[in-house]
Amino acid sequence: MSLVSTTEHTRLLLRRGLRIDGLFHGLSAAAAVLVLLVVFGVLAALLLGALPALQRFGFGFLISDAWNPVTDDFGALVAVFGTLVTSAIALCIAVPISFGIALFITQLAPAWLKQPVATAVELLAAIPSIIYGMWGLFVFAPRFAGHVQPWITDHLGQWPLLGPLFQGPPMGIGMFTAGLILAIMVIPFIAAVMRDVFDIVPAVLKESAYGLGATTWEVVWQVVLPYTRSAVIGGVMLGLGRALGETMAVTFVIGNAQRLDASLFMPGSTIASTLANEFTEATGELHTASLIALGLILFLITFVVLALARLMLLRLASRQGTVG
Amino acid sequence: MRAAVDLFVRRRMVNALNLGLAVAATLFGLFWLVWLLWTLLANGLPWLNLTVFTQITPPPGSAGGLRNAIVGSLMVTAIGVALGTPLGILAATYLSEFGRASRLTPVVRFVNDILLSAPSIILGVFVYEVVVLRMGHFSALAGGLALALIMLPVVVRTTEDMLRLVPDRMREAAAALGAPRWKVVTLVVYRAARAGIVTGILLGLARISGETAPLLFTALNNQFDSTSLDKPIANLPVVIFQFAMSPYADWHHLAWAGALLITLAILLLNILARLLLRAIRSGR
Repeated sequence: MSLVSTTEHTRLLLRRGLRIDGLFHGLSAAAAVLVLLVVFGVLAALLLGALPALQRFGFGFLISDAWNPVTDDFGALVAVFGTLVTSAIALCIAVPISFGIALFITQLAPAWLKQPVATAVELLAAIPSIIYGMWGLFVFAPRFAGHVQPWITDHLGQWPLLGPLFQGPPMGIGMFTAGLILAIMVIPFIAAVMRDVFDIVPAVLKESAYGLGATTWEVVWQVVLPYTRSAVIGGVMLGLGRALGETMAVTFVIGNAQRLDASLFMPGSTIASTLANEFTEATGELHTASLIALGLILFLITFVVLALARLMLLRLASRQGTVG
Repeated sequence: MRAAVDLFVRRRMVNALNLGLAVAATLFGLFWLVWLLWTLLANGLPWLNLTVFTQITPPPGSAGGLRNAIVGSLMVTAIGVALGTPLGILAATYLSEFGRASRLTPVVRFVNDILLSAPSIILGVFVYEVVVLRMGHFSALAGGLALALIMLPVVVRTTEDMLRLVPDRMREAAAALGAPRWKVVTLVVYRAARAGIVTGILLGLARISGETAPLLFTALNNQFDSTSLDKPIANLPVVIFQFAMSPYADWHHLAWAGALLITLAILLLNILARLLLRAIRSGR
């Protein structure tokens, strides 16, 4: 009798366990699916919101440099141009600097210095972007305009090909300043990836090169870098993804002018800064829709860049047999 | 012989030059950090006093503080954490426990990594479209929701990494004792990875504490005290943005004080997270 009730009890317990298991499984799967839904939901919401602008302007939206809320004429060219130019400036500065930092941390620094330097560089990523913006506008821009910009305009401004890039009154703010601040903001991301992947290069490879008499630089340039190439490119693209969508810092220092200018010292605007400035104040339906269309373009660009970055990083990881 | 010596000298010189440049690059990076922090301290510290915490944001020209913005920031961030954390932990549980063999898992992991770096302003636009337009007005709830969406991928990523560090031996041992799957996960895996999960939450919290862009379109701002979830709410990042962009000197001072406050909070969270991580590493 008691034996029967015990098995009955066990069966009940088992059934209850299985039921909770199923519930837990289902809940966790739902949460995982939610992550997918967020990304596709964002895409759908942007498409829906941008529809009026896309219907009105069609493909011409991409190549029109108009941005006039009064006449309801909008185009994405200025903002897309500003986004790409500032991000390009950021990468030109951030990539060599990050490489140098990663090289210093992984190959040169004495053991006691590695961690503090790595942490300090990572702290650059912890500072909120609005702080970069305030610092850029109130502290950096006036000094840049007063001391550095006139010199660059006087010297580089006369060069035949590059000259037009560096002309204009020294205002301190503009696309170059935005690019420079973006560079400082993405350095920690790129440097962290480079540092991590430089560290996983098998010691045996490096030591073989050292054994043949290679210098530290030769080991880094001819052994470490080729071994980690795809992940390094992935890290750079990760930084690019960050730079493209950065909002507040850029909004403070780019000048927010809706016009196209060859000079990097002139004000411009990026997709994100245009959104931050105008979205809550947009009145007409077409204005809002055009802003959302800009957001859609930004989302698509960063999605592609970040997806490529992940694929590049996965390539090294799969060769390593571990997930990085 | 002569040529060999020349080559040797040249290689040594190239080496020294490039390594010197690497040191210079590191100093270049640290230079900005020091300058930024110095600026914050020099501009923020003189204005960081008790009234900042006790009075609400003033109209230009009169004295005031940031109390409503601090309260608002805490509320919006709390909503973000309260929504983002459980969802993130659940999703990570699927990735590392229930869905190990599922074809969905790599897809979710990949998309999550993209969401991790996606522009936060886009998430703001999304919440605006989906929540603010439906409700008809800006609200603290919408702001919290936008922050939750930013927090979610951070928690998913770190929690999954930490759950995967728990050795399968422990899961198998618990299963061999007859524990159902849910008990294995909650009583064994979660407990073993507890410090790591908390680290992930702290990092996510640090990430959303300074976010400004998504709040511009969702929580907006409020000049007055408000604790209603249904109304626009003041919050530090947006107040800092508004005050810094204004032409008034006393608004600038408050903006710097707020900026220092926010940065100190975030640095503190980061240090805490790092200490926890170090404890985890030395513990194994």
